[in-house]
Amino acid sequence: MRRRAILGYGAAVVGAVALMLFVGWWRVDGPGAPAPVGQLTVALTEMDFRLTDHEGNVVGPEALIGRPTMAFFGFTYCPDVCPTTLSDISGWLDDLGDEADEMNVVFITVDPERDTVETMAEYVGYFHPAIRGWTGPEEQIARVADGFRATYVRVPTESGDYTMNHTASVFLFAASGRFVTMIDYHEPREFAVPKIRRALEEETEGAT
Amino acid sequence: MKKYILTGTLAALLTLGGLSVPALAGPEDVVVENAWSRASIGMNRPGAAYMTIRNTSDEPVTLIGLTTPLAMMPEIHETKTNAEGVSSMSPAGEIVIAPGESIALEPGGLHAMLMRLQEPMTEGDTFPLTLLFDDGGEVTVEVPILGIAARGPED
Ligand SMILES: [Cu+2]
Repeated sequence: MRRRAILGYGAAVVGAVALMLFVGWWRVDGPGAPAPVGQLTVALTEMDFRLTDHEGNVVGPEALIGRPTMAFFGFTYCPDVCPTTLSDISGWLDDLGDEADEMNVVFITVDPERDTVETMAEYVGYFHPAIRGWTGPEEQIARVADGFRATYVRVPTESGDYTMNHTASVFLFAASGRFVTMIDYHEPREFAVPKIRRALEEETEGAT
Repeated sequence: MKKYILTGTLAALLTLGGLSVPALAGPEDVVVENAWSRASIGMNRPGAAYMTIRNTSDEPVTLIGLTTPLAMMPEIHETKTNAEGVSSMSPAGEIVIAPGESIALEPGGLHAMLMRLQEPMTEGDTFPLTLLFDDGGEVTVEVPILGIAARGPED
């Protein structure tokens, strides 16, 4: 009688542990796992879009293959997040020095209505010279964002204008086009710079 | 409106009860440090200004708004970034600063959003920005305008 009770208890414990393990798996790796944007970002080689850079050149994902890439979304009417990200990136590039010379750095607008080629040219001119500004028709911007698994949405403001909510992370790709990692908005420099180095280092091994 | 009346009634009750009414928040109670802003491109884009606001008094102070000749719609905004990495901005509403505490207006968080600029923000210039408090007190600070790519007050 007593032995059966212990056995029953043991079975319950085993069952509970198994359930905990299962729930843990479900939430962390299984179908219940949250889907961080970056894990789904596709390789640049799998993307398909046509944009124009701030010098008027037609560009697409293939323009980024062969060199590591740092890319992010924003808009030039953005008063806080975008200039901050652009200044952060300028600072990271300064820290990397020569290492960053062989890198694509691309600022892609999510507000093509206001961000024309000329507007982008003027705006990026205020930041690190490596930063390129890309714009294009709305449906092409949508395709870029889709490949990156980035989002943006137009929001009216009280001043009668509109602002854009958008993914503020910086995306890093290896020279092969493979997605490496993301730098979250406002991530401290001591974390950001090593992440960029990781993307730079995959340049040799990642060439497929 | 209701809340306003309620507050007024409460203040009146407190006064009748012989309790001291907090003094107006003035330059002696609120210290603004490290104010800075970025230059603008033209006048169509909103600007943003940053600073630290410290309450040196022994009463809480409540920041309710801003005025400046530079912009027709200055407002305290807050940028938030969600778990998916999406950033958005919205009015921060009233901000209570506890006695001895300070709040930081800094990139990616609270900022003085300067909507409907009346003139371009030119690097090297300064502009006056007045902080309005709920008790009628106000503090005016002269905000330096730094370069577009400035990262902080020292740039
Ligand atoms: Cu704002």
